[in-house]
Amino acid sequence: MARIIVVTSGKGGVGKTTTGAAFAMGLALRGNRTAVIDFDVGLRNLDLVMGCERRVVYDFVNVINGEAKLNQALIRDKRCQDLYVLPASQTRDKEALTKEGVGRILDELAESFDYIVCDSPAGIERGATMAMYYADDAVVVTNPEVSSVRDSDRMLGILASKSRRAEQDAEPIKEYLLLTRYSPQRVKVGEMLSVDDVQEILSLHLLGVIPESMAVLNASNRGVPVILDEESDAGQAYADVVARYLGEDLPHRFLEEQKKGLLSRLFRG
Amino acid sequence: MGLLDFFRSPRQTSAAVARERLQILVSHERSERNKPSYLPMLQEDILAVIRKYVAVDPDAVTVTMEKQHNREILELNVVLPERTVKRRRSYART
Repeated sequence: MARIIVVTSGKGGVGKTTTGAAFAMGLALRGNRTAVIDFDVGLRNLDLVMGCERRVVYDFVNVINGEAKLNQALIRDKRCQDLYVLPASQTRDKEALTKEGVGRILDELAESFDYIVCDSPAGIERGATMAMYYADDAVVVTNPEVSSVRDSDRMLGILASKSRRAEQDAEPIKEYLLLTRYSPQRVKVGEMLSVDDVQEILSLHLLGVIPESMAVLNASNRGVPVILDEESDAGQAYADVVARYLGEDLPHRFLEEQKKGLLSRLFRG
Repeated sequence: MGLLDFFRSPRQTSAAVARERLQILVSHERSERNKPSYLPMLQEDILAVIRKYVAVDPDAVTVTMEKQHNREILELNVVLPERTVKRRRSYART
């Protein structure tokens, strides 16, 4: 039985797709058969962040409409054999995602995958509500910034009332907080909400903190999930996040300002 | 820091302001969305019953639902009109 994870946030630009790509890659690197689905119909971008944009033939909506088989649309990652990408349609509108259709595809994926990661679009419209509807777990991606925190709280309300688990009175979706674009320097001088502040306001279990990092843009430029940049702070932070999700008890890192040594100052800028 | 700054009240950092604003906003929005859907109707009915006996303003009755840990508190607040009879003032002095 596959576990369905939605990566959601409400607000756009906080790092959902970066997180979806890194998280799915992290799960697959540990030997779990993982599928990652782009729910952003009309504005697909997961393919670009994953570096498989030139291999898209069929998409999620084609499969829902029976125009293609699931295994024709799934793109196998070239770096990790256990990872598959299901791209969103670029031409249809989001109404093409029906509750019944999405449920059918997820059921079919669940037969052969361990984890299904649903990369939600921003907002609270069809794509976003469909991405979360069937979820077992939710990773709520939040920036330490007022509008993002508020929108995350709004998403928590929707997760608790409009998901399948809520409708069927089943055990609620497990919600995790992922704080991204965190800048310990700015927190230190009182210019940014701290991880404790955000956690207290949202009262959520903290899955991890991803520091603001040059590595994220560098990785998406190249179409490489940032978790594969093992040297980078963000890559390591995402590796920790996956480990924690799978039950490892790891201390949170990158919460304090990184002291740069003289050598790293000289050689890495 | 100049000498004058020493006497000024310490300024709140912007992060502290953000935290305060969010705490208020989020708790307000949560209580709004956790409201049972029958609350407005309940409020109307209660108002109608009270108005049978006391002439109160339509906005004199407020019904709120609060959740604390695992119990829910239904709070009913009725503002009765002030009496029209003037109170006598006592002029007694000690």
